Amino acid sequence: MSNIKYLLLRRITQITLLVLYFGANAYGWHMLEGTFGASKLFGFIPLADPYTTLQVLATGFVLGADVLLGALIIILFYMVVGGRAFCSWVCPINMVTDLANWLRRKLNLDKEEVNYRFLKRRARYWLMVLGLIVSAVVGVAAFEVLSPITIMQRGIVFGFGAGISVIIAIFLFDLFGVKNGWCGHLCPLGASYSLIGKVSLIRVKHDHEACTNCMECKIVCPENQVLHMINKESISVTDGECTNCGRCIDVCGDDALKFSIRSFGNNKD
Amino acid sequence: MANSDNNRRKFFATTLQSVGLTALGGLLWSGYTDEVKASPLVLRPPGALPEDDFLKACIKCGLCAEACVNRDSNKNKDGSNREGTLQMAKGGDHRMIGTPFFIPTEVPCYMCDDVPCVPVCPSGALDMPSLLNEKEELDINKARMGLAVVHKESCIAFWGIQCDACYRACPLMDEAISLEYHQNKRTGKHAFLLPIVHSDVCTGCGLCEQACVTEEPAIFILPVEQATGKAGDHYVKGWDKKDQLRAGNRKLDEIETKNERSEKEASDYLNTEVEY
Repeated sequence: MSNIKYLLLRRITQITLLVLYFGANAYGWHMLEGTFGASKLFGFIPLADPYTTLQVLATGFVLGADVLLGALIIILFYMVVGGRAFCSWVCPINMVTDLANWLRRKLNLDKEEVNYRFLKRRARYWLMVLGLIVSAVVGVAAFEVLSPITIMQRGIVFGFGAGISVIIAIFLFDLFGVKNGWCGHLCPLGASYSLIGKVSLIRVKHDHEACTNCMECKIVCPENQVLHMINKESISVTDGECTNCGRCIDVCGDDALKFSIRSFGNNKD
Repeated sequence: MANSDNNRRKFFATTLQSVGLTALGGLLWSGYTDEVKASPLVLRPPGALPEDDFLKACIKCGLCAEACVNRDSNKNKDGSNREGTLQMAKGGDHRMIGTPFFIPTEVPCYMCDDVPCVPVCPSGALDMPSLLNEKEELDINKARMGLAVVHKESCIAFWGIQCDACYRACPLMDEAISLEYHQNKRTGKHAFLLPIVHSDVCTGCGLCEQACVTEEPAIFILPVEQATGKAGDHYVKGWDKKDQLRAGNRKLDEIETKNERSEKEASDYLNTEVEY
């Protein structure tokens, strides 16, 4: 059990949130209404996705105060729990890409990895900026037109229609195309949460003394470049791309990784 | 030295590659987005901004659709929810994905007094001030979701058959749709009861379209922009005192119209025929 503790907690969180959003439409619950673009918590606290908000602002439309306040609340929240905690604890696409990733390992597709040189992990940052430019040029929030995240969420709340094909496409791309292709290379929303993650408080910390260099953590990590300190230094994972998913902590047999509060002054203690 | 040159060359090459691929992505992305936003015949919720601004502002959260389906007045006898008016566009609906719209023949807008869909909009895409009356209260009658248009060739009332389904379905009976009586010269003894829509009152709720008895509705809602024309400022109703004020504000000696024809004498262009 202990090696899937955080995995279970994440799935419970993700599914609970989706059930609450579903109930808001189907049964009129006032726990969590709307979608990730903009929501209302308990019927009165506004929440809004920061990148979606930026896209709407980029179109030149002066947004209502509810959305701006909502985006601020979300930014502050993820500055505490870790920027891309959204990706691994909230986003429903995470369940799709995790399944693709798990199947890749089971089917030995990782061994045949084709080196997609043109697709780098920093592509998502280019796409993030590009999304704002396209929003400004075309006059519509550009990523929201094709975001599999809200397409999947709206699918669950309001019905999928042909939108299901976008979810299948992401699954196939991650399974047979590029490893961690969507979440780890392309998703501009994840990129925006990475920026918040650069300064966020709760981080994974490595204990170099306890590590036996088994590399289980690096195999399971969807962003394993952030684990550059393994068996080298006892420091926190400070890269924004870390999703705080806790898989590395789950699989570590030596208690060499744990969640801790980041110390800004001196990383080594 | 050679090594640093190599590094620099590699840096420029990879940067150029990134910029190039981003430009490629930008072109594809813009083209796709521009195409999918082109669906002019779509009916939006009450208070929606003009379509261009609406598409900028809508954050696709679905709060309006949720308020619509869960409104207190929308219950079956057993207490369960009826279908909501507002749908959220999904793949295959051929409307901008994630935006709210309605189809009158499926579920029209019932024009709730408290307008539950509008105050919940967090972004301002549904513009509450546009629905406020003089007492600063929400007034659904100020909504302009669309405009009912009658196709008189398929409307059986225009054939002389007695039908007033749309007139009776209209929540603003005798204001948005009135019946005009005309003599039916074919029979000599019957009257035509013709439904006439008044665009200054019609909210575009679609109850008439849903009520219409013909195989395909002979009265239907079009977005206001597609259903209306514009005479232009230079036409003034000389018999209408209010309209005459528009002309009164202008200083006639300052008006000068210059176009291609201004260079020619009237006899030059009035006498030439258009060739087909």
